[in-house]
Amino acid sequence: MSYSAWIILTGCLVGVTCGVTGALLVLRKMAMLADAISHTVLLGIVGAFLVTQSLNGVPMLIGAAIVGVLTAVMVQALDSSGVQSDAAIGVVFTSLFALGVVLISFIGDNVHLDVQHALMGEIAFIPWDTLTINGVDLGPTAVWMLGGVLLLNISIILLLYKEIKISTFDPQLALSIGVPVVFIHYLLMTMVSFSTVASFDSVGAILVVAMLIVPGSSAYLLTDKFGMMLILSGVIGALSALVGYGGAVLFDVSISGAIASATGLLFTLCFLLSPKHGMIAKWFRRKKMQQSV
Amino acid sequence: MSEFLNFLSSANTQWVLLGSIILGFASGLIGSFVLLKKQSLIGDAMAHATLPGVCAVYIIFNVKSIPLFLVGAACTGLLATYLIQAIVKHSRIKTDASIGVVLSVFFGFGIVLLTYITKNTKGNRSGLDEFIFGQAAAMVKSDIQVIALGSLIIIIVSALFFKELKISIFDPQYAKGIGLPVSLFNLILMGLVVGIVVVGIQMVGVVLIAALLITPPLAARYWTDRLGRMAFLSGCIGGISGVVGTLISTAGDGLPTGPLIVLCASVIFLVSLLFGARKGLIIKAVRTT
Repeated sequence: MSYSAWIILTGCLVGVTCGVTGALLVLRKMAMLADAISHTVLLGIVGAFLVTQSLNGVPMLIGAAIVGVLTAVMVQALDSSGVQSDAAIGVVFTSLFALGVVLISFIGDNVHLDVQHALMGEIAFIPWDTLTINGVDLGPTAVWMLGGVLLLNISIILLLYKEIKISTFDPQLALSIGVPVVFIHYLLMTMVSFSTVASFDSVGAILVVAMLIVPGSSAYLLTDKFGMMLILSGVIGALSALVGYGGAVLFDVSISGAIASATGLLFTLCFLLSPKHGMIAKWFRRKKMQQSV
Repeated sequence: MSEFLNFLSSANTQWVLLGSIILGFASGLIGSFVLLKKQSLIGDAMAHATLPGVCAVYIIFNVKSIPLFLVGAACTGLLATYLIQAIVKHSRIKTDASIGVVLSVFFGFGIVLLTYITKNTKGNRSGLDEFIFGQAAAMVKSDIQVIALGSLIIIIVSALFFKELKISIFDPQYAKGIGLPVSLFNLILMGLVVGIVVVGIQMVGVVLIAALLITPPLAARYWTDRLGRMAFLSGCIGGISGVVGTLISTAGDGLPTGPLIVLCASVIFLVSLLFGARKGLIIKAVRTT
């Protein structure tokens, strides 16, 4: 496969992985918790590096999952001790992120881990970092990692489809019929952390946040059906990657920044043009109503 | 030790420290109002949104002028705030998702502009990079003067309108009843937040400036129930964090200033959470047993 094909594939995988997970977060009104986790995961990555002294994928996933769940737990603890939830999110993620950034600056320059990289990612280098098993070149590591996480996320969603759906729309009912609501909450947080860390290396923190929140929000404007929204969100994520990559090549700018901007562009289109919830459709309906009166 | 004293007595360091105290105090003060209005994360979005503004100004005018940067930052910061409210008002998207959408898209676009600058203009982008995490060591006297003056104005304005702001946050209905222009004071508060974000980004950086608005008042909340005392205490906590963080940053070798200031504030928050006289965990535990 050619160089740019690998980049496009990576971008689309990020879009689908984060898009599907993100749609759940948007529905559960936890978008800002996703923002928080995608920042604090940096601490998990740095921590994993300090412990193992290598930039290996598996310890990083574990570190990220620990810090991701820790973020959710800390926010929850502050929230239930009487701190309003947005401030609780704010104080937890800025603290952990700041700690991660300070720790990174202690790590020497010879290690391929710095703040710039963590924020913006280096998707352009993805095709060179390949996975080789028994001397066979299997393609970029990032593609394998993203593919694995995507598979994991989709199987979790398919397996627990009903439970996730009920606990999203009616937590009280879910609790009363014995659905493990708390378990699903933290399972979801783990999925977010995994998606984040798998995407982190290639696209950086900013794009992860954009991919988690924006496609889900766009899909929320397009449909009222739960399953449809998850699919649409993944599709929009992948589409943003394609549009963004095109833009980045055209103007010779940061790929992850351009993809984040593309998610914004698609969101604007949905916001204006969605047949049911779009601004223009609403305006026409209002106009019609006035005429019929 | 003598080296450290030498370093402390250098004029530039003293300026930087002065700037960080005033900035910390002002942001702690404003943060108290923001916290009570439950708008902590809007400050975060606003801060991220200043990046494209700064870059756009640089692309248009092709000069590194701090006042121009601040104007650009204020424009996109305000635009982001407006968009967050507009999305919530005109669609079914909830506030948190709306904040997330605006924050990430603006910041992503800012990064696009930043890379555009690196590749298409002759000047290097150093000085712009510092806007992401803040670098107190790289600041000169004129930068500090902008920060100090801006923060001072913000402190004075909020002190002047303290009562009005307090009433219009706590009880907007009553405020309207006694003839206060509540929407005007909302606008003033928004202006103050934009102001503090804009003057603060050079020192703390766009990613973490919001912490200066969120953490100090949250810590102060554990010591008192009265807004006046809380705002003052929060200002002091902000000031202390500013000084300690800046000191460590400038003394250490190129450590980023913003994260250190934020960490200091977080430590103070943690101490308050445990030992706070009003609602601290230990006091609570003692009372319930």
